[in-house]
Amino acid sequence: MAGQHIVASFDEELGQIDRLIRDMGDLAQAMVTAATQSLLDNDVPLAQRVISDDVVMDARQRELDERAIALIAKRQPMAQDLRAVVGAIRMASDLERIGDLAKNISKRVSAVGQGAMQRKLSHSIDGMAQLVRAQLAGVIDNYVGRNPQALVTLRADDENIDVQYTAVFRELLTYMMEDPRNITACTHLLFCAKNLERIGDHATNIAENAYYVMVGQQLPLHRPKLDETSISGASA
Amino acid sequence: MNQMTEIALEHAITNVAPQVNAKMRGRDVNVFYGAKQALFDVNLDIGERQVTSLIGPSGCGKSTFLRCLNRMNDTIDIARMVGDITLDGQDIYDPKIDVVELRARVGMVFQKPNPFPKSIFENVAYGPKIHGLASNKTDLEEIVVTSLKKASLFDEVKDRLHEPGTGLSGGQQQRLCIARAIAVSPEVILMDEPCSALDPIATAKIEELIDELRANFTIVIVTHSMQQAARVSQRTAFFHLGILVEEGATEQIFTAPSDKRTQDYVTGRFG
Repeated sequence: MAGQHIVASFDEELGQIDRLIRDMGDLAQAMVTAATQSLLDNDVPLAQRVISDDVVMDARQRELDERAIALIAKRQPMAQDLRAVVGAIRMASDLERIGDLAKNISKRVSAVGQGAMQRKLSHSIDGMAQLVRAQLAGVIDNYVGRNPQALVTLRADDENIDVQYTAVFRELLTYMMEDPRNITACTHLLFCAKNLERIGDHATNIAENAYYVMVGQQLPLHRPKLDETSISGASA
Repeated sequence: MNQMTEIALEHAITNVAPQVNAKMRGRDVNVFYGAKQALFDVNLDIGERQVTSLIGPSGCGKSTFLRCLNRMNDTIDIARMVGDITLDGQDIYDPKIDVVELRARVGMVFQKPNPFPKSIFENVAYGPKIHGLASNKTDLEEIVVTSLKKASLFDEVKDRLHEPGTGLSGGQQQRLCIARAIAVSPEVILMDEPCSALDPIATAKIEELIDELRANFTIVIVTHSMQQAARVSQRTAFFHLGILVEEGATEQIFTAPSDKRTQDYVTGRFG
């Protein structure tokens, strides 16, 4: 944020909100990484940690909301300050949702269970999880580094996650058809995959908001959408 | 890269300023107070039946520009204007123009409410009388009542129309001055910080009034309150050091201004 306000405490308050977004971004990344790790390794204690981290995430979001509303009431921010505050409220809500989805993945760890077969099944979503983690990390880094152009590219990359999700969906469907004993584990994994896909969508939202905060213009509405599971995949 | 070009293009298309149906036009307006130049090559259109706000730090030239629009600067001996200002395409600095008539078409409301030391009725009736707008007493009464109603003051003063206008509260006095300006059926109303001497309630009433008047009048307002400019106007022009820095849709000026100086001013980074 270039230039100092005449009122120094205004800068401090905007800085606090920005710091909270960064903190929530770091926490969201850590939660998604830990959640997928706990799923892949069937690590129940790690999964528990993600579940308790979500409480922290919720508290941070509340704090950010309160600070943002107080700042609007006190300062009536304009132009880039207004965009920064409104953008922060929206990004915080996406980050909070990412926390919820990571928690949901962790809650399924014990239900998926262990055993060689389960581990093999879990690995089918490993590739997807890597894409989602990279996407989220890229969005947070480029928000912190104030790099709007990179956000445009990242936003388009969400397409790859959708493609991967379609592949995971088909793979899990095949396992279920092969052996009905896989159905319980595969259904939970399918939810996990869907959660990862949603995390990707929230990362895209954050990218769009961060771009608006920095540039002052909305990105065009249309973006390629290649999740086929809701249409052709479901009837296949 | 290709995608970026596409986005840039889309922005270029969506950001084309809406065509202003100009009631008044200023072209290459330069104003000097003696040797000191107060305005530099200002080009600004005032949209018809719109509220245009002029904002900027003190001494930026916004009031000077406003005063050019009805030749109020003629009253200052050392003031000199170079450039063109038109009202409905007609040059208002043409020597053939009757300045008194011009000021009836382009009325003005000042920072401090300045009612005449006469009754409320006389304050509003004065203009129509000298301009010969009323043929008889009934006509005149009707003009006074209508003007007071349009200025949202009638209900508060209807029982004391013959009491002095100076006995009203500050907010009421300002609305009386607006009624007085409206009474001569102007086309444009200029307001120079009309709320800066008023409390928040009186200010809200004036702002509500401005919003209503917009249906029939073209309004130009100079204000130091950015929130007020954001609330009442459709177009905003930002002046700095005698230069018109940026003019655009009010929403754009206050959410995503394009010039760094506008950005710094509206966000409170310099004053």
